Amino acid sequence: MSTTRTILICSGKGGVGKTTSTANLGIALAKQGKTTVVLDADFGLRNLDLLLGLENRIVYTAQEVLAESCRLEQALVKHKQEPNLCLLPAGNPRMLEWLTPKDMQSIVSLLEKRFDYVLIDCPAGIEDGFKNAVSATREALVITTPEVAAVRDADRVIGLLNIQGVAPVQLVLNRVRPRMMTNQEMLSVDDITDILALPLLGLVFEDEQVIVSTNRGEPLTLGDSSAPAAQAYHNIARRLQGEEIPLMDPSQARRGLRARMRKLMQTKIF
Amino acid sequence: MTLKDLIDKLLGRQPSSASTAKQRLQLVLAHDRSDLNPELLEQMRREILEVVARYVEIDVEGGDVSLETEDRVTALVANLPIRATVNRPT
Repeated sequence: MSTTRTILICSGKGGVGKTTSTANLGIALAKQGKTTVVLDADFGLRNLDLLLGLENRIVYTAQEVLAESCRLEQALVKHKQEPNLCLLPAGNPRMLEWLTPKDMQSIVSLLEKRFDYVLIDCPAGIEDGFKNAVSATREALVITTPEVAAVRDADRVIGLLNIQGVAPVQLVLNRVRPRMMTNQEMLSVDDITDILALPLLGLVFEDEQVIVSTNRGEPLTLGDSSAPAAQAYHNIARRLQGEEIPLMDPSQARRGLRARMRKLMQTKIF
Repeated sequence: MTLKDLIDKLLGRQPSSASTAKQRLQLVLAHDRSDLNPELLEQMRREILEVVARYVEIDVEGGDVSLETEDRVTALVANLPIRATVNRPT
């Protein structure tokens, strides 16, 4: 039996950081010595290539591999600086009617023969693209942000993953603003894990450096960035491999008497 | 409830937006998860009250039928204060 971990990265709502998380976790796992492939299952609106800086190097997609018009090796795009990481786009944006759950399963099982980690970047929504991607995965990471719409959509997705028997399903809380959270102007980490009832694999603070890194097509985890978000993604990658690393505490991000007062005000009394 | 919520309540201030968000989410998710919209829930509430009223006299105004959710399990919770047992002919 293959020991490959196949992990779907999904969220329901768009724009919460699925693709950014896939790119950063892919690089982080590769740097930790794991051969990793990131599969862009969102072939209608694919962007993983752009975030990884590989947009000019795509020749073939999974589609040509399945049609046997090229070999898997030809379709895999190897990352320039991080040779442990490959990208495979599921399909071509012009061809919208190709993917079926069976296609997705065939391509993922090909990838599972060659890689330690298969990360599937899921399309937003809960329609066909999502269903195809779910059918091919074993585990899932649900990405959400501390906003009501994102949490509600995450809940729908978790319900569907449970029905499909995907396990384990873990949570990544993205775009946390420590100051707003300590002021109770944003749903707290506990609020969200209470509501969604999922184990929290990591939290990523809102970080302007994420935008800077996407501008360049170099995920934050690629360099030696000391940005909090880079650290968060490295930690998530290590926790995926079973290492125990304490979660960041939003109330500790700010120190001093006022921060301590705010933390006191957050204490649950009943 | 947090300490800040309690102080806000004592001072008659608006609750923090985070606690409002949590309450709204819990309510909407209970409906999403059970696939019951507020209309259906209201209809069910009326029917439940009708059935219960055949056996006991209940305080309709003080009664409450709602969905509560914890750990992804949704429960239908009915809280119906009983005034007296209806004397049924034997």
